[in-house]
Amino acid sequence: MTRKHATTPSSSAPASATSETEPSVPKKAAKPAQQVTAVEMGARQREISVAEFFTKNRHLLGFDNPRKALLTCVKEAVDNALDACEEAGILPDVTVKLEVVSNGVPIAPSQATRFRVTVTDNGPGIVRQQIPRIFAKLLYGSKFHRLRMSRGQQGIGISAAGMYGQLTTGKPVKIISRTSSRAAAHFFEVQIDTKKNEPLVHESKQIEWDQPQGTQVMLEVEGKYQKGRASVEEWLEQTSIANPHIKLTYHTPEGETKEYSRAYHELPPSPREIKPHPYGIEFGMFLKMLQDTKGHSLSGFLASDFCRVSPQLADEICKEAKVSPHTKPRDLKGGDAERFYRTIQETKIMAPPTNCISPIGEKAILSGLYKQIKGEFYTAVSRPPAVYRGNPFIIEAGLAYGSRPEDRNKPQQPAVPKAEGEGEEEDSELARVIRYANRVPLLYQQSACATFKAVLGTTWKNYGVAQSRGALPAGPMVIFVHMASVWVPFTSESKEAIADYDEIQKEIRLALRECGRRLGLFVRRRERAASEFRRRNIFELYIEEVVEACNRLKGGKLLKDKLKMQLQQIATSRTGGMKTDEALGKAGVGPEGLPHSIIVTGEGVEGDVEPVDQARTDTAPSSVPVETDLLGDEVSSEVESEKKRTKPAEAQGKAAKSSKGKAGQAALFDSPDRSSRRNTSKKPVPASQPRGKK
Amino acid sequence: MATKETKATPVEKKLIGLADIVIQAADRSKDPTLSIPIRALSNVSFNERKGLIEMGDKKQTRTFFNVGMAKKFMQTVLVADALAELQRADLTTSLREIYYRTKHTIKDSHENTFDTQDESDPVIEDLEVSLAALREELHVRAENSGSIVGPVVFGDDGDRVDCSKLGKGGYSVPSIVEPEYLEIRRCTADFLLLVEKGTQWNRLSEDKFWRRYNCVLLTGNGQPPRGVRRLARRLHEEHKLPVYVLVDNDPWGYYIYSVVKQGSINLAFESQRMAIPKAKFIGLSSADPERYGLPRNVGIKLNEKDIARAKELMNYQWFKKPAWQTEIKRMLTSGLKYELDALANKDFQYLTKKYLPGKLKEKDWLD
Repeated sequence: MTRKHATTPSSSAPASATSETEPSVPKKAAKPAQQVTAVEMGARQREISVAEFFTKNRHLLGFDNPRKALLTCVKEAVDNALDACEEAGILPDVTVKLEVVSNGVPIAPSQATRFRVTVTDNGPGIVRQQIPRIFAKLLYGSKFHRLRMSRGQQGIGISAAGMYGQLTTGKPVKIISRTSSRAAAHFFEVQIDTKKNEPLVHESKQIEWDQPQGTQVMLEVEGKYQKGRASVEEWLEQTSIANPHIKLTYHTPEGETKEYSRAYHELPPSPREIKPHPYGIEFGMFLKMLQDTKGHSLSGFLASDFCRVSPQLADEICKEAKVSPHTKPRDLKGGDAERFYRTIQETKIMAPPTNCISPIGEKAILSGLYKQIKGEFYTAVSRPPAVYRGNPFIIEAGLAYGSRPEDRNKPQQPAVPKAEGEGEEEDSELARVIRYANRVPLLYQQSACATFKAVLGTTWKNYGVAQSRGALPAGPMVIFVHMASVWVPFTSESKEAIADYDEIQKEIRLALRECGRRLGLFVRRRERAASEFRRRNIFELYIEEVVEACNRLKGGKLLKDKLKMQLQQIATSRTGGMKTDEALGKAGVGPEGLPHSIIVTGEGVEGDVEPVDQARTDTAPSSVPVETDLLGDEVSSEVESEKKRTKPAEAQGKAAKSSKGKAGQAALFDSPDRSSRRNTSKKPVPASQPRGKK
Repeated sequence: MATKETKATPVEKKLIGLADIVIQAADRSKDPTLSIPIRALSNVSFNERKGLIEMGDKKQTRTFFNVGMAKKFMQTVLVADALAELQRADLTTSLREIYYRTKHTIKDSHENTFDTQDESDPVIEDLEVSLAALREELHVRAENSGSIVGPVVFGDDGDRVDCSKLGKGGYSVPSIVEPEYLEIRRCTADFLLLVEKGTQWNRLSEDKFWRRYNCVLLTGNGQPPRGVRRLARRLHEEHKLPVYVLVDNDPWGYYIYSVVKQGSINLAFESQRMAIPKAKFIGLSSADPERYGLPRNVGIKLNEKDIARAKELMNYQWFKKPAWQTEIKRMLTSGLKYELDALANKDFQYLTKKYLPGKLKEKDWLD
């Protein structure tokens, strides 16, 4: 600025100064030509359409840069598909396809700037009339107006993705939808009228479609395809961890096919819709509810529009606030309304019901982690429901730790003698935090997220894991944190980080601590065994050296073998023989007494492991990642060994455990459609079927 | 040479004894155990009559079948083996060469027998004390880091070394100065001046101080190594030279003086051969800055470590003499330490021309 003043001629400098510093002081009408009258200003003032607003502020919705935009498009389409399937009680089977769009000349995916995103699901489909509005009208949807746990919340997502595509490529969104095998499939091409926020239908026709039911969305967008952190692939992988009941197929732009198999064959219990809790309502919102309510009296309004307010309690509140319970809600205004609102906030009201939330569940988290992440120890914790600002929520945490035994035993580099100053390679790998809100992975703004702060704030050193000050714990570890709530408080519209409420923070920490405690037990046991092993090893190593040196001292006239044998005998008697294995206690529930955990050893797997989707492995194409194969083998061998052991007792134990688990679930999610879920849960996994050992 | 191979030296016999300990223990299914005298303040005492620091008889045991000690034990045997090899071959070597000689990677592992020299040096000292063998007898030499000049004639490997004809550089003191390696053929000096710093020794040598005052100038460049200390002791003993020690005025200077006079804590077992109980402390005393008018601004503020060390010294039995307590207290009160070099503040040749002559004339020293 100062530079500008210095270089511009003196005539313009003062003018710009006045216009900048004194626009709010209109009395100085020295230069009337520059002033704008209220009428003129009025003429310029007009409504801003939501669509227009978001066109200019697309970063608010997660379209900041081409790379992130591509991910957001996939994410919104997949979220929609999953929400639809789950609400309809269908185990989701979703296919994501990314293709490079080029004008004739083939381009490498990493160089391409335009992509076609196709997401197909096996969901209930969408009725024909609704299609244009769902995909080409912002803030239109089924989720915003109800307090119900779902992936999407506002009804911006998929239409914003469509708008982004339209903005960057000019292409409409193409939709195919079929509601049942008897109905015809409909094809639509829609665009959004950004001024009016209304859909423009370009094409609408019936077509042949090979799928009996479901929806396919095709978007053409500008984007950048990259692998690694915060990539489409990472997002899909994390989605599959938190949603082990879904099957995901991903066709990469390179033409590869990746499968994320189904590891859990039960749909999560369907979440229930609840009414708002009085503690979670702001005053302005309360005023609006007063105007909109269908209730005729104040007490009726309270009892019918809020949860946990009984008619008696409503009357008490009215009495306390000195307002007649028969007042018409619409007549309560100004100071009275404010006093009334404050009284409600001060009244002790029961916490909101928590059966509206559907957590992933410890078993499912375990199978998700076990399926996607290689490790030797897994554990999962679901906290009991808690409440922040009148919104119920559940925190779940999980851990995958270590490397699989088969990786460790890989032929290492031949032992190269070490020179001075060449220590053991420092294992400085830091833990990875994977964060979820209502089962949706959060990939951006990690450090702003409450979950991340809780991970940093946990003293991992107590659990045998190294951690530098203010940093993530170090080690081969993945930390899983999930928040399920009817309303997840995000720090921004692009839904990237969970806001840091004290209640949420506390719950996350408690969950992490429990995971940490179990990990600590595991790590310490391993260390004890290892040190015992090392002890024996040390002596064995050094005996050789000592014997050789003694022999040389004695001028080579020593009975080396005799001395060696004598020393080895002393060594064995001093390290307590073969007790090393017993250092690992094997008592109590779960593997090694740790509940809801999986421990992978060289011999097999212990803990609640659900075998991978049978159908998939049978027809597994060659492009399936190798780890699932290894995993499959392991599971089968474990089943074999389990069979050999006391079979009836084992089976009984398993049955008892699973029935207990189910009972617990039923109690927690006491929802009306329980019976229907029972049905789905009855045909679950063919748990102990040993898969063919080829 | 041929006789050496058939007949083991006493030191070699001692080293072989280590192997016998292992073999005998193994025969009886016992844990092989070495006992090593402790080299620490807790195991030394000051013999007032002799004016020496003497080692006590506290010992630590080093056993093989103990996870914490197994490696040390193995290392000790390895070093003993290397030392025996030196004996047989009749060679001398350095600490660092011993380290390299004994270092190798243990079979089937990533582990080295020694990772740094810091691991092998203490093992050698352990063997010195536990076998009651001197480092020279073990054929291990330290670096040559001392110089001597003055009216003294040595015989070194048959060469005649006249230290009055070696210019200002003098003769570099070898690390082993036992009579069989270094012969003192003639010495006509009146006294011996042991200077802490090479720089001040250079000043005195350049100014031919030794010629004027008929003395031997000796320096060890800091804490004098064994060779220098042993040579001073021999000159003192064999030629009755009084020994004066000239060091910086700081706790480390005091300690250097005390090591020359009474011996060190770590090598207390060698005091017998090294210490010079009659050595005198000629400077720099904490009284000197005032007496010789050194301005305060050439002093250096004592840091925390200096103060702690000074207080530690005051508790040593051999610093309990009232004169010494006053000396150290005076330094602590002033809060300053002075380097010998600070004397140059007055004149480049102040040390040679004023300070030392004055000191000697007035017999201004501490015992």
